[in-house]
Amino acid sequence: MAEFRLPANSRIQPGRRFPIAAGTSRVRTFHVYRFDPASGENPRVDSFEIDLDRCGPMVLDALIKIKNEVDPTLTFRRSCREGICGSCAMNIDGGNTLACIQAIDDIKGDIRIYPLPHMPVVKDLVPDLTNFYAQYASIKPWLQTRTPAPPDRERLQSKREQEKINSPSACILCACCSTSCPSYWWNSDRFLGPAALLAAYRWLVDSRDEATGERLDDLEDPFRLYRCHTIMNCATACPKDLNPSRAIAETKKMIAARHL
Amino acid sequence: MSLRSPLGRVLGLGSARSGFGHWWAQRLTAAALVPLGLWFAFSMAGLASTDYWSVTAWIAEPLHATLLLLLLLSLLYHSSLGLQVVIEDYVHHGAARLIALVGTQFLHVLMAVAGIYAIVTVSVGAQA
Repeated sequence: MAEFRLPANSRIQPGRRFPIAAGTSRVRTFHVYRFDPASGENPRVDSFEIDLDRCGPMVLDALIKIKNEVDPTLTFRRSCREGICGSCAMNIDGGNTLACIQAIDDIKGDIRIYPLPHMPVVKDLVPDLTNFYAQYASIKPWLQTRTPAPPDRERLQSKREQEKINSPSACILCACCSTSCPSYWWNSDRFLGPAALLAAYRWLVDSRDEATGERLDDLEDPFRLYRCHTIMNCATACPKDLNPSRAIAETKKMIAARHL
Repeated sequence: MSLRSPLGRVLGLGSARSGFGHWWAQRLTAAALVPLGLWFAFSMAGLASTDYWSVTAWIAEPLHATLLLLLLLSLLYHSSLGLQVVIEDYVHHGAARLIALVGTQFLHVLMAVAGIYAIVTVSVGAQA
Protein backbone atom coordinates (compact mmCIF):
# COMPACT_ATOMS: atom_id res chain seq x y z
CA MET A 1 0.00 0.00 0.00
CA ALA A 2 0.98 3.59 -0.43
CA GLU A 3 2.26 4.80 2.93
CA PHE A 4 0.42 7.72 4.41
CA ARG A 5 2.44 7.83 7.62
CA LEU A 6 6.19 8.05 7.99
CA PRO A 7 7.99 4.95 9.27
CA ALA A 8 8.68 5.07 13.04
CA ASN A 9 12.33 6.01 12.60
CA SER A 10 11.45 8.90 10.23
CA ARG A 11 8.88 10.66 12.42
CA ILE A 12 9.88 14.17 13.30
CA GLN A 13 10.76 15.03 16.91
CA PRO A 14 10.88 18.50 18.47
CA GLY A 15 14.35 19.98 18.01
CA ARG A 16 16.59 22.58 19.57
CA ARG A 17 15.93 26.31 19.71
CA PHE A 18 18.54 28.92 18.85
CA PRO A 19 17.16 32.24 20.15
CA ILE A 20 18.67 35.56 19.24
CA ALA A 21 19.88 38.23 21.69
CA ALA A 22 17.18 40.72 22.72
CA GLY A 23 17.11 44.18 21.18
CA THR A 24 16.78 43.22 17.54
CA SER A 25 13.76 44.49 15.70
CA ARG A 26 13.26 42.41 12.57
CA VAL A 27 13.40 38.84 13.85
CA ARG A 28 12.11 35.87 11.87
CA THR A 29 12.10 32.27 13.03
CA PHE A 30 13.29 29.54 10.67
CA HIS A 31 12.14 26.00 11.48
CA VAL A 32 14.56 23.69 9.70
CA TYR A 33 14.33 19.92 9.24
CA ARG A 34 17.41 18.18 10.61
CA PHE A 35 18.46 14.58 10.11
CA ASP A 36 21.83 13.01 10.73
CA PRO A 37 22.02 9.35 9.67
CA ALA A 38 25.19 8.87 11.76
CA SER A 39 23.45 9.82 15.01
CA GLY A 40 20.87 7.04 14.88
CA GLU A 41 18.28 9.55 16.10
CA ASN A 42 14.96 10.46 14.53
CA PRO A 43 14.78 13.61 12.43
CA ARG A 44 13.92 16.80 14.32
CA VAL A 45 13.00 20.39 13.50
CA ASP A 46 15.39 23.02 14.90
CA SER A 47 14.26 26.64 15.26
CA PHE A 48 16.63 29.47 14.47
CA GLU A 49 15.86 33.13 15.12
CA ILE A 50 17.47 35.39 12.53
CA ASP A 51 17.90 39.16 12.51
CA LEU A 52 16.73 40.16 9.04
CA ASP A 53 18.68 43.44 9.26
CA ARG A 54 21.86 41.34 9.24
CA CYS A 55 20.79 38.82 6.60
CA GLY A 56 20.45 38.78 2.81
CA PRO A 57 16.93 38.85 1.30
CA MET A 58 16.55 35.22 0.22
CA VAL A 59 15.86 32.06 2.20
CA LEU A 60 19.23 30.71 1.02
CA ASP A 61 20.92 33.73 2.59
CA ALA A 62 19.35 32.82 5.92
CA LEU A 63 20.46 29.18 5.60
CA ILE A 64 24.02 30.26 4.81
CA LYS A 65 23.94 32.67 7.77
CA ILE A 66 22.77 29.85 10.05
CA LYS A 67 25.53 27.58 8.77
CA ASN A 68 28.21 30.28 9.11
CA GLU A 69 27.19 31.77 12.45
CA VAL A 70 24.96 29.37 14.38
CA ASP A 71 25.31 25.72 13.45
CA PRO A 72 28.03 24.67 10.97
CA THR A 73 26.62 21.12 10.81
CA LEU A 74 23.51 22.31 8.90
CA THR A 75 23.71 20.55 5.54
CA PHE A 76 22.17 21.67 2.27
CA ARG A 77 23.09 21.89 -1.42
CA ARG A 78 23.66 25.25 -3.06
CA SER A 79 25.81 26.66 -5.80
CA CYS A 80 24.82 29.46 -8.18
CA ARG A 81 22.55 31.47 -5.80
CA GLU A 82 20.65 32.84 -8.83
CA GLY A 83 18.16 30.13 -9.79
CA ILE A 84 20.01 28.46 -12.63
CA CYS A 85 21.80 25.46 -11.08
CA GLY A 86 18.81 23.91 -9.29
CA SER A 87 20.90 22.72 -6.33
CA CYS A 88 19.01 24.42 -3.50
CA ALA A 89 15.57 22.96 -4.30
CA MET A 90 13.72 22.34 -1.04
CA ASN A 91 10.29 22.57 0.53
CA ILE A 92 9.84 26.11 1.87
CA ASP A 93 6.61 27.29 3.48
CA GLY A 94 4.86 24.17 2.19
CA GLY A 95 5.90 24.48 -1.46
CA ASN A 96 8.85 23.20 -3.43
CA THR A 97 11.07 25.97 -4.73
CA LEU A 98 14.66 27.18 -4.93
CA ALA A 99 15.88 28.72 -1.67
CA CYS A 100 18.04 31.19 -3.61
CA ILE A 101 15.13 32.88 -5.41
CA GLN A 102 12.56 32.63 -2.60
CA ALA A 103 12.43 36.00 -0.86
CA ILE A 104 12.03 35.85 2.91
CA ASP A 105 9.66 38.85 2.77
CA ASP A 106 7.28 36.93 0.49
CA ILE A 107 6.57 34.46 3.31
CA LYS A 108 4.24 35.39 6.15
CA GLY A 109 5.14 34.33 9.69
CA ASP A 110 7.63 31.64 10.61
CA ILE A 111 9.50 29.97 7.77
CA ARG A 112 9.42 26.19 7.63
CA ILE A 113 12.11 24.46 5.58
CA TYR A 114 12.07 20.76 4.76
CA PRO A 115 13.85 18.63 2.15
CA LEU A 116 12.01 17.85 -1.10
CA PRO A 117 9.02 15.66 -0.15
CA HIS A 118 8.90 11.88 -0.31
CA MET A 119 12.55 11.36 -1.17
CA PRO A 120 15.12 9.46 0.87
CA VAL A 121 17.04 12.00 2.96
CA VAL A 122 20.84 11.83 2.90
CA LYS A 123 21.28 14.50 5.57
CA ASP A 124 19.27 17.54 6.72
CA LEU A 125 17.99 19.24 3.52
CA VAL A 126 19.84 16.96 1.08
CA PRO A 127 17.60 14.40 -0.65
CA ASP A 128 18.86 11.36 -2.56
CA LEU A 129 18.10 12.13 -6.23
CA THR A 130 19.70 8.97 -7.70
CA ASN A 131 16.41 7.61 -9.03
CA PHE A 132 15.39 11.03 -10.37
CA TYR A 133 18.63 11.38 -12.38
CA ALA A 134 18.40 7.78 -13.62
CA GLN A 135 14.88 8.54 -14.90
CA TYR A 136 16.26 11.52 -16.77
CA ALA A 137 18.99 9.32 -18.28
CA SER A 138 16.40 6.69 -19.23
CA ILE A 139 14.62 8.98 -21.70
CA LYS A 140 17.86 9.31 -23.74
CA PRO A 141 18.23 13.08 -23.45
CA TRP A 142 20.33 13.52 -26.55
CA LEU A 143 19.78 13.99 -30.29
CA GLN A 144 19.14 10.72 -32.15
CA THR A 145 19.33 10.73 -35.94
CA ARG A 146 19.78 8.42 -38.92
CA THR A 147 20.58 11.17 -41.39
CA PRO A 148 24.31 11.95 -41.13
CA ALA A 149 25.11 15.49 -40.06
CA PRO A 150 25.91 17.87 -42.96
CA PRO A 151 29.70 17.81 -43.39
CA ASP A 152 30.11 21.56 -43.47
CA ARG A 153 27.56 22.95 -41.01
CA GLU A 154 25.20 22.27 -38.10
CA ARG A 155 21.81 20.60 -38.45
CA LEU A 156 19.55 23.56 -39.20
CA GLN A 157 16.26 24.49 -37.58
CA SER A 158 13.81 27.17 -38.55
CA LYS A 159 13.10 29.85 -36.00
CA ARG A 160 9.65 28.42 -35.38
CA GLU A 161 11.09 24.93 -34.86
CA GLN A 162 13.60 26.29 -32.39
CA GLU A 163 10.87 28.06 -30.43
CA LYS A 164 9.22 24.70 -29.74
CA ILE A 165 12.20 23.45 -27.75
CA ASN A 166 12.99 26.80 -26.15
CA SER A 167 10.78 26.49 -23.12
CA PRO A 168 11.28 22.77 -22.30
CA SER A 169 15.04 23.26 -22.69
CA ALA A 170 14.95 25.76 -19.82
CA CYS A 171 14.41 22.99 -17.26
CA ILE A 172 17.24 22.93 -14.71
CA LEU A 173 16.38 19.49 -13.25
CA CYS A 174 15.92 20.84 -9.73
CA ALA A 175 13.26 18.16 -9.03
CA CYS A 176 10.76 20.64 -7.53
CA CYS A 177 8.07 19.41 -9.92
CA SER A 178 8.53 15.65 -9.63
CA THR A 179 8.72 15.73 -5.83
CA SER A 180 5.53 17.81 -5.64
CA CYS A 181 3.57 15.23 -7.64
CA PRO A 182 1.43 12.76 -5.65
CA SER A 183 1.58 10.26 -8.50
CA TYR A 184 5.36 10.46 -8.26
CA TRP A 185 5.23 10.03 -4.47
CA TRP A 186 3.30 6.77 -4.75
CA ASN A 187 4.87 5.34 -7.91
CA SER A 188 8.28 6.91 -8.51
CA ASP A 189 9.68 3.44 -9.18
CA ARG A 190 7.62 3.21 -12.40
CA PHE A 191 6.18 6.67 -13.18
CA LEU A 192 8.86 8.84 -14.81
CA GLY A 193 7.58 12.03 -13.20
CA PRO A 194 7.05 15.51 -14.69
CA ALA A 195 10.75 16.47 -14.99
CA ALA A 196 11.79 13.42 -17.01
CA LEU A 197 8.61 13.64 -19.10
CA LEU A 198 9.23 17.32 -19.84
CA ALA A 199 12.77 16.38 -20.92
CA ALA A 200 11.35 13.58 -23.09
CA TYR A 201 8.96 16.08 -24.68
CA ARG A 202 11.86 18.44 -25.41
CA TRP A 203 13.31 15.72 -27.70
CA LEU A 204 9.91 14.69 -29.10
CA VAL A 205 9.37 18.19 -30.49
CA ASP A 206 12.95 18.71 -31.67
CA SER A 207 12.69 19.01 -35.46
CA ARG A 208 16.20 17.54 -35.87
CA ASP A 209 15.49 14.36 -33.90
CA GLU A 210 14.63 11.22 -35.89
CA ALA A 211 13.72 8.87 -33.03
CA THR A 212 10.27 10.31 -32.23
CA GLY A 213 8.56 6.94 -32.78
CA GLU A 214 11.01 5.02 -30.61
CA ARG A 215 10.75 7.68 -27.92
CA LEU A 216 6.93 7.41 -27.93
CA ASP A 217 7.23 3.59 -27.84
CA ASP A 218 9.31 3.86 -24.69
CA LEU A 219 6.86 6.28 -23.06
CA GLU A 220 3.61 4.55 -23.97
CA ASP A 221 3.17 2.67 -20.74
CA PRO A 222 0.44 2.68 -18.08
CA PHE A 223 3.01 3.80 -15.49
CA ARG A 224 5.84 5.67 -17.23
CA LEU A 225 3.51 8.25 -18.84
CA TYR A 226 -0.13 7.51 -18.04
CA ARG A 227 0.37 7.62 -14.26
CA CYS A 228 0.07 11.39 -14.73
CA HIS A 229 -3.45 12.29 -13.62
CA THR A 230 -3.13 16.01 -14.49
CA ILE A 231 -2.90 17.05 -10.85
CA MET A 232 -0.74 19.97 -12.09
CA ASN A 233 1.29 20.45 -8.89
CA CYS A 234 4.30 20.35 -11.22
CA ALA A 235 3.29 23.53 -13.04
CA THR A 236 2.58 25.28 -9.73
CA ALA A 237 5.92 24.24 -8.21
CA CYS A 238 8.25 24.96 -11.14
CA PRO A 239 10.57 27.83 -10.11
CA LYS A 240 11.34 28.44 -13.80
CA ASP A 241 7.62 28.89 -14.64
CA LEU A 242 7.65 25.90 -16.99
CA ASN A 243 4.62 23.69 -17.55
CA PRO A 244 5.50 19.96 -17.46
CA SER A 245 1.79 19.21 -17.23
CA ARG A 246 1.18 20.69 -20.68
CA ALA A 247 4.18 18.80 -22.09
CA ILE A 248 2.73 15.54 -20.77
CA ALA A 249 -0.70 16.37 -22.26
CA GLU A 250 0.97 17.12 -25.62
CA THR A 251 2.84 13.80 -25.42
CA LYS A 252 -0.45 11.98 -24.83
CA LYS A 253 -1.87 13.80 -27.85
CA MET A 254 1.09 12.68 -29.98
CA ILE A 255 0.45 9.08 -28.95
CA ALA A 256 -3.26 9.53 -29.68
CA ALA A 257 -2.37 10.88 -33.12
CA ARG A 258 -0.57 7.70 -34.08
CA HIS A 259 -3.44 5.50 -32.88
CA LEU A 260 -6.41 7.33 -34.38
CA MET B 1 19.85 -4.26 -0.97
CA SER B 2 20.36 -4.46 -4.70
CA LEU B 3 23.56 -3.70 -6.54
CA ARG B 4 21.65 -3.18 -9.78
CA SER B 5 22.44 0.19 -11.37
CA PRO B 6 19.90 3.00 -10.89
CA LEU B 7 19.35 3.15 -14.65
CA GLY B 8 18.79 -0.61 -14.76
CA ARG B 9 16.16 -0.28 -12.03
CA VAL B 10 14.40 2.58 -13.87
CA LEU B 11 14.37 0.72 -17.21
CA GLY B 12 12.96 -2.27 -15.33
CA LEU B 13 10.86 -4.59 -17.47
CA GLY B 14 10.64 -2.03 -20.28
CA SER B 15 7.67 -0.21 -21.72
CA ALA B 16 4.33 -2.04 -21.88
CA ARG B 17 3.66 -0.27 -25.23
CA SER B 18 0.08 0.26 -24.07
CA GLY B 19 -1.97 2.64 -22.00
CA PHE B 20 -3.48 4.66 -24.82
CA GLY B 21 -6.55 2.41 -25.08
CA HIS B 22 -7.27 2.70 -21.38
CA TRP B 23 -6.76 6.48 -21.41
CA TRP B 24 -8.91 6.97 -24.51
CA ALA B 25 -11.73 4.74 -23.27
CA GLN B 26 -11.81 6.61 -19.97
CA ARG B 27 -12.25 9.91 -21.81
CA LEU B 28 -14.85 8.59 -24.29
CA THR B 29 -16.98 7.07 -21.53
CA ALA B 30 -16.68 10.31 -19.54
CA ALA B 31 -17.90 12.29 -22.56
CA ALA B 32 -20.77 9.84 -23.14
CA LEU B 33 -21.82 10.04 -19.50
CA VAL B 34 -22.50 13.79 -19.69
CA PRO B 35 -25.59 13.62 -21.99
CA LEU B 36 -26.64 10.19 -20.69
CA GLY B 37 -26.36 11.32 -17.07
CA LEU B 38 -28.35 14.51 -17.70
CA TRP B 39 -31.03 12.58 -19.56
CA PHE B 40 -31.25 10.05 -16.72
CA ALA B 41 -31.42 12.71 -13.99
CA PHE B 42 -34.19 14.67 -15.72
CA SER B 43 -36.11 11.49 -16.55
CA MET B 44 -35.95 10.27 -12.95
CA ALA B 45 -37.10 13.68 -11.71
CA GLY B 46 -40.05 13.44 -14.07
CA LEU B 47 -40.91 9.93 -12.86
CA ALA B 48 -40.50 10.71 -9.18
CA SER B 49 -44.18 10.81 -8.28
CA THR B 50 -45.46 8.09 -10.63
CA ASP B 51 -46.30 4.48 -9.73
CA TYR B 52 -44.44 1.22 -10.37
CA TRP B 53 -46.42 0.36 -13.50
CA SER B 54 -45.80 3.62 -15.29
CA VAL B 55 -42.05 3.37 -14.50
CA THR B 56 -41.78 -0.15 -15.93
CA ALA B 57 -43.79 1.00 -18.95
CA TRP B 58 -41.38 3.93 -19.31
CA ILE B 59 -38.38 1.59 -19.17
CA ALA B 60 -40.00 -0.66 -21.78
CA GLU B 61 -40.00 2.12 -24.39
CA PRO B 62 -37.33 1.02 -26.94
CA LEU B 63 -35.54 4.39 -26.82
CA HIS B 64 -35.51 4.47 -23.02
CA ALA B 65 -34.30 0.87 -22.69
CA THR B 66 -31.52 1.55 -25.24
CA LEU B 67 -30.36 4.71 -23.48
CA LEU B 68 -30.55 2.99 -20.08
CA LEU B 69 -28.35 0.16 -21.38
CA LEU B 70 -25.87 2.68 -22.80
CA LEU B 71 -25.82 4.57 -19.51
CA LEU B 72 -25.30 1.39 -17.53
CA LEU B 73 -22.46 0.13 -19.73
CA SER B 74 -20.65 3.49 -20.01
CA LEU B 75 -20.95 4.03 -16.28
CA LEU B 76 -19.65 0.59 -15.33
CA TYR B 77 -16.87 0.66 -17.92
CA HIS B 78 -15.81 4.11 -16.73
CA SER B 79 -15.97 3.03 -13.10
CA SER B 80 -13.97 -0.12 -13.81
CA LEU B 81 -11.23 1.85 -15.58
CA GLY B 82 -11.14 4.47 -12.82
CA LEU B 83 -11.01 2.02 -9.93
CA GLN B 84 -8.27 0.09 -11.73
CA VAL B 85 -6.16 3.27 -11.77
CA VAL B 86 -6.86 3.94 -8.08
CA ILE B 87 -5.79 0.41 -7.14
CA GLU B 88 -2.67 0.61 -9.31
CA ASP B 89 -1.82 3.94 -7.65
CA TYR B 90 -2.19 2.84 -4.06
CA VAL B 91 -1.95 -0.96 -3.75
CA HIS B 92 1.59 -1.91 -4.57
CA HIS B 93 2.35 -5.41 -3.52
CA GLY B 94 1.70 -8.95 -4.59
CA ALA B 95 -1.49 -10.80 -3.89
CA ALA B 96 -3.51 -7.85 -2.54
CA ARG B 97 -2.94 -5.92 -5.77
CA LEU B 98 -3.89 -8.84 -8.02
CA ILE B 99 -6.96 -9.73 -5.96
CA ALA B 100 -8.11 -6.09 -5.89
CA LEU B 101 -7.60 -5.61 -9.64
CA VAL B 102 -9.27 -8.87 -10.69
CA GLY B 103 -11.95 -8.53 -8.00
CA THR B 104 -13.12 -5.09 -9.16
CA GLN B 105 -13.19 -6.23 -12.79
CA PHE B 106 -15.29 -9.30 -11.90
CA LEU B 107 -17.58 -7.14 -9.78
CA HIS B 108 -18.12 -4.72 -12.66
CA VAL B 109 -18.87 -7.52 -15.12
CA LEU B 110 -21.29 -8.98 -12.57
CA MET B 111 -23.05 -5.62 -12.18
CA ALA B 112 -23.16 -5.15 -15.96
CA VAL B 113 -24.74 -8.57 -16.58
CA ALA B 114 -27.21 -8.10 -13.71
CA GLY B 115 -28.12 -4.63 -14.98
CA ILE B 116 -28.61 -5.78 -18.58
CA TYR B 117 -30.72 -8.68 -17.34
CA ALA B 118 -32.85 -6.34 -15.23
CA ILE B 119 -33.49 -3.82 -18.01
CA VAL B 120 -34.26 -6.53 -20.57
CA THR B 121 -36.61 -8.41 -18.22
CA VAL B 122 -38.45 -5.25 -17.24
CA SER B 123 -38.80 -4.28 -20.92
CA VAL B 124 -40.01 -7.70 -22.05
CA GLY B 125 -42.21 -8.16 -18.95
CA ALA B 126 -43.93 -4.82 -19.43
CA GLN B 127 -44.69 -5.56 -23.07
CA ALA B 128 -46.05 -9.07 -22.40
